[in-house]
Amino acid sequence: MRMFRAHVLVCAGGSCSLKANRAVQERLVSEVEKRGLSDEIKVVETGCFGLCEQGPTVVVYPEGVLYCKVTPDDVPELVDEHLLKGRFVERLLYQEEPAAGGAAAYQKIPEMDFFRGQVRIVLRNCGLIDPESIEEYIGSGGYQALGKALAKMTPAQVVDEVKASGLRGRGGAGFPTGLKWEFASNAKGDVKYIVCNADEGEPGTFKDRLILEGDPHAVLEGMVLTGYAVGARKGYVYIRGEYGLSIERLEQAIHQAREQGFLGSDIFGSGFDFDVEVRVGAGAYVCGEETALLESLEGNRGEPRIKPPYPAQVGLFGKPTVINNVETLANVAPIISNGANWFRGYGTERCPGTKVFTLTGDIVNEGLIEVPMGITLREVIFGIGGGIRGGRQFKMAQTGGTAGGCLSAELLDVPMDYDELSTVGSALGSGALLILDDTHCIVDVAHVFARFFEHESCGKCTPCREGTMRLSEIMARISAGEACQGDLENLEALARTMSMASLCPLGQSAPLPLTSTLKYFRDEFDAHINDKQCPVGTCRSLAHRAALVTTGKEE
Amino acid sequence: MATVRLTVDGITVSVPVGSTILQAATKAGVDIPTLCHHPDQAVKGLCRVCVVEVEKSRTFQTACTYPVAEDMVVRTNTPAIREARRVIVELILSRHPQDCLSCPRNGHCELQALTERLGIRDVRFPRQERALEVDTSTPSLVRDPSKCILCRRCVYTCDEVQGVGALFPAYRGHESAVVPAYEKPLIDVVCALCGQCIHACPVGAITERDDTETVWDALADPTKHVIVQTAPAIRATLGEELGLPPGSLVTGKMVAALRRLGFDRVFDTDFAADLTIMEEGSELIQRLTTNGTLPLITSCSPGWIKFIEHFYPELLPNLSTCKSPQQMFGAVAKTYYAHKSGIDPVNIFVVSIMPCTAKKFEAVRPEMVSSGYRDVDVVLTSREVGRMMRQAGINFEALEEEQYDNPLGLSTGAAAIFGATGGVMEAALRTAYELVTKKELPRLDFEQVRGMARIKEATIDIDGINLKVAVGHGLGNARELLERIKQGTQYHFVEIMACPGGCIGGGGQPIRTTNAVRERRIDAIYEEDRRMAVRKSHENPAIKQIYEEFLGEPLGHKSHELLHTHYTARDRV
Amino acid sequence: MGKRVRMPGNGAPSEGLKRVDPEAIDTIVAAHAGHEGALLPVLREVQEVVGYLPEWALKRVALGLGLSLSRVYGVATFYSLFTTKPKGQYVIRVCESAPCHVQGAQEVINALMRELGVGFGETTPDGRFTLEAVSCLGTCGVAPAVMIGDRVYGNLTPETVLTVLEEYS
Ligand SMILES: Cc1cc2nc3c(=O)[nH]c(=O)nc-3n(C[C@H](O)[C@H](O)[C@H](O)COP(=O)(O)O)c2cc1C
Ligand code: SF4
Ligand code: SF4
Ligand code: SF4
Ligand code: SF4
Ligand code: SF4
Ligand code: SF4
Ligand code: SF4
Ligand code: FES
Ligand code: FES
Ligand code: FES
Repeated sequence: MRMFRAHVLVCAGGSCSLKANRAVQERLVSEVEKRGLSDEIKVVETGCFGLCEQGPTVVVYPEGVLYCKVTPDDVPELVDEHLLKGRFVERLLYQEEPAAGGAAAYQKIPEMDFFRGQVRIVLRNCGLIDPESIEEYIGSGGYQALGKALAKMTPAQVVDEVKASGLRGRGGAGFPTGLKWEFASNAKGDVKYIVCNADEGEPGTFKDRLILEGDPHAVLEGMVLTGYAVGARKGYVYIRGEYGLSIERLEQAIHQAREQGFLGSDIFGSGFDFDVEVRVGAGAYVCGEETALLESLEGNRGEPRIKPPYPAQVGLFGKPTVINNVETLANVAPIISNGANWFRGYGTERCPGTKVFTLTGDIVNEGLIEVPMGITLREVIFGIGGGIRGGRQFKMAQTGGTAGGCLSAELLDVPMDYDELSTVGSALGSGALLILDDTHCIVDVAHVFARFFEHESCGKCTPCREGTMRLSEIMARISAGEACQGDLENLEALARTMSMASLCPLGQSAPLPLTSTLKYFRDEFDAHINDKQCPVGTCRSLAHRAALVTTGKEE
Repeated sequence: MATVRLTVDGITVSVPVGSTILQAATKAGVDIPTLCHHPDQAVKGLCRVCVVEVEKSRTFQTACTYPVAEDMVVRTNTPAIREARRVIVELILSRHPQDCLSCPRNGHCELQALTERLGIRDVRFPRQERALEVDTSTPSLVRDPSKCILCRRCVYTCDEVQGVGALFPAYRGHESAVVPAYEKPLIDVVCALCGQCIHACPVGAITERDDTETVWDALADPTKHVIVQTAPAIRATLGEELGLPPGSLVTGKMVAALRRLGFDRVFDTDFAADLTIMEEGSELIQRLTTNGTLPLITSCSPGWIKFIEHFYPELLPNLSTCKSPQQMFGAVAKTYYAHKSGIDPVNIFVVSIMPCTAKKFEAVRPEMVSSGYRDVDVVLTSREVGRMMRQAGINFEALEEEQYDNPLGLSTGAAAIFGATGGVMEAALRTAYELVTKKELPRLDFEQVRGMARIKEATIDIDGINLKVAVGHGLGNARELLERIKQGTQYHFVEIMACPGGCIGGGGQPIRTTNAVRERRIDAIYEEDRRMAVRKSHENPAIKQIYEEFLGEPLGHKSHELLHTHYTARDRV
Repeated sequence: MGKRVRMPGNGAPSEGLKRVDPEAIDTIVAAHAGHEGALLPVLREVQEVVGYLPEWALKRVALGLGLSLSRVYGVATFYSLFTTKPKGQYVIRVCESAPCHVQGAQEVINALMRELGVGFGETTPDGRFTLEAVSCLGTCGVAPAVMIGDRVYGNLTPETVLTVLEEYS
């Protein structure tokens, strides 16, 4: 391997590539060449770095300096100043506080607040290696866990290690992963499948995309280990059709892994065969639900199945199947390498390890973070997240995506893990965090939640098919000032019925964002219903009406 | 058998391992309401009307799907359950056109009954009916998608039982609908018009086309000589339509009631069934002895005919060229009977009382005019004729039994069993055996081909020839049989009926037709056979007479002209 | 009784669309036939070739895979990336989910509707753009987001979205 004086990492994550990152990268290469530095400085495309809102991002190692919002025109200055003269380009430096006039001090990446609270197990390589290079993955310890498992561990030992680690599914439900594997490995049948759930559709969630874009081999290695543990020889990655770059990177990674013998027959001479196929979704949120996903993989309408039987017994094509989320799988190799005890060193007793969160809404650092389980909302928002944008007032956080619940300011100190959040009527879910400041109308946002489910219900079962439509209709009426208190009673009756009687968790959780907003922001609903007022002024027809009332034009 | 013990509403029951809560509740005497559940279908668990509380379960569970476990505690009548069921049914009702008064399903509708049972007196959601176009494209069925409650029972039947796949859920969420591909009218798709989906449907979203007014008009027309034929299966089912229990045999009362309606002659399709056996039996012998295309497959079920025309056109040469008994009857009525009675066929109006919606389509097929006129003018299902009898104020139960008119009313036990699966085969064997061997059959009953088993096979020794036969009923089973034939299984003679159980389970039969009901009707059919004085078609004196006076011989020139037909390949998708 | 209207049907394919050799469909089907769960990949490829999923093409798919046409249609209409009706040259998918909504998606949508003169589900008269509302595109880090063809644009405002549109005119 050649030695480079410096590495310049350009984010090629999906969010950054929406911006001009490709142009930045090309410009960097040509400017570096122009100055004859090609032997000393290596320009690398990496996966997401986490600060998508600040993209395109460029990181220069060994200093670990992060530049944000870099344009192609900034590149000559960056090369001349930093790479030739060793002086930082201050105006492009990442700033913790939104520029308050004073000059920003340079901070090394590990020292930044954004990274200080983070523990990077899943994202260990994201933003640090070239995701298109299997050599770099191997260079950073990749495929060692697989080697260890195949050489020194029985499948049962792998299952036991994961069981002991306490790893729980990161797709939303938090089901103990080791237990799921055990069911599948005990299930009868010589054909079994591993399915990686990369259908990520929960609004506000983009972690799986960025993991796949930034470190596809981490997921593949996890899949092979899972296959070894439960005795499966075939794996599928079901990935949503909108994730073009993830699909490309993954396909490429699979190709490389096959060439290097990490996939295919007789892996590492162990006699174990395993291969992976990518299947692309076609646009349906519900296909993230595991049994709907299986239906879709089988070429059917993506409608959830009745459980039991569970996929571990009767799954894909009727065979025992393990379905795990991308993030869950990316945790597996580190657990096998470092052991269950190491993993239990992070997070909480009942939810060990870390969780990747995606921060959206009115927060300074929108993007991707990985933190120990059990961190509080306050630490995330006001620590790593950099606080509420524009210094405004925090109003509401929705955890777990649109299928999750909403929390008000009193609950900022609840530790975030699967169990704690569900005790306060919310959910950790996919790890999406939507942060709202006081300029937003809760009724308006709740209406958007309701419309989402109306659009995404698969329509198979009555409570959800009809109920999501009615929830949305009631919210529209409230938002338009046409509702009465009876509508709220109906909404609550519907919510009770849907949450208890729907066929799958989509319909069961669809009312949750509404009931939780109703619980914490009842006064705002009442204002819309009783006073025909939108306190924040978002609900158009009401704002208009209020104006008419004050000018005496109503009637 | 291993059992588990559980309690349902405090009542302890033991049921076999693998039972559902619904089964356990039934055993405990607790009647859980259902809607998407159908006793003859795989569980769907999608209407959610049957939800119950299972102790320690986070959500409610559907009784129709959820397996019992030892010491399970189930509650079916808690306030939360009552609320959930009500909300669910109200959600359905709020999007359902409430046309009960004029709905063909009024009084037989599961949604209506459920609404009453749950005591729903108002619907809390604003009315928002689905306003969708009614499909009246076929002569057989009317599909009103606005009334569809998306239970998918028809989909199961059409796909899994009938193997046709004309209907399927499309779209998503509250826009979803159960429709033919591209929302095309049924006449433009592969639908066999068997009407089995009607029996699957809990509501009035699929019904038969009602042709009763045309018949009333004909009956009121003094220039018309209106004659009626009754299919073999009707005598075992009409009673049900008029309030008697399943399996009631009502031949004599039916004849009396039809006379009361004003038909000029009451004849029997059974006569034509005997005629069919003469022709088809002869065709079998001919194919066997002349190296003809084998197996010979029966052709008296028009739902089956439309199915093979769509899906297996390559096997059309295997079909018997015999018309169905209904069409043979029509052709003979407007020629032989017209001649004998001296009535101008132009004034003869032939009405069929059939178990079947596909017969309505068969009657209007362009080739069914061999008498020089439309051979059969109107086909009524047993449901429609029952309706006419109610309209006419006929007290069916009080009627004295009456006899069919002659000459087209005389028939045999062999014809009677046409109404049940295996019957055509058995009737043909009774005749073929005696025609070939010239010996009397030692035993008339061929039990191997009777009953509801999916596919029945038998080998019959006819004077040294080992005749391999197979019987399939329901188009899904037909498909399987045809695949076996294509893969080289050697049969000589195959009977296929489109409807499960044969015509006693036809798409025009009384609501509700389930497999349990079918069994009762089949018993009635064989009871009729036992009652008949003559039980072999070739011994029917009226049949002997028609060959002597009119047709000449089976497969003769006249027969070919009037009693045989040809088939048309249709689109496979 | 309510007014009876026809279901959103699939009319005859409009003229002026690209001509596709029917055998191209058979080639796609043949490449997947025999593989389990082939229908979705086949539909994807057929849509890539034809532009949408018309009846004549799905008939060949149904025949080739041994499925009923109603099932193939039922699957095709389930997924939002499939369409059984012809669409504009570029499909603009606007994310309507909460994270985009709270960052001003509605204003972006209004701007698009005003500029294009169409509502959701409609195609501009010149056949260039079809506007669609979709759920989260997974690029909420740069909300509000819009997908045009297979490219995603983020951090949009009513002004910048119009600049983006110019790339396609
Ligand atoms: C409506 C719905 C959508 C879901 N979407 C996803 C998803 O996009 N990705 C995911 O991994 N799990 C999703 N899940 C959870 C899966 O059903 C399943 O629990 C998960 O894939 C199991 O993997 P895990 O144990 O590793 O979390 C969804 C569940 C529901 C009900
Ligand atoms: S709850 Fe909703 S998404 Fe789930 S099966 Fe029912 S209709 Fe489909
Ligand atoms: S289908 Fe049933 S509920 Fe609906 S209108 Fe007819 S009878 Fe009434
Ligand atoms: S049941 Fe009620 S609605 Fe129906 S006809 Fe009688 S009074 Fe009228
Ligand atoms: S009539 Fe028969 S073939 Fe036609 S839709 Fe109904 S069940 Fe299917
Ligand atoms: S037509 Fe009838 S059986 Fe079919 S889905 Fe609709 S309600 Fe159910
Ligand atoms: S097929 Fe059925 S209805 Fe038709 S004539 Fe034979 S027995 Fe009667
Ligand atoms: S089996 Fe009988 S009722 Fe069914 S389609 Fe055939 S003839 Fe008609
Ligand atoms: S995609 Fe570039 S930092 Fe997230
Ligand atoms: S009857 Fe059990 S869910 Fe429909
Ligand atoms: S919410 Fe719009 S892209 Fe995720």
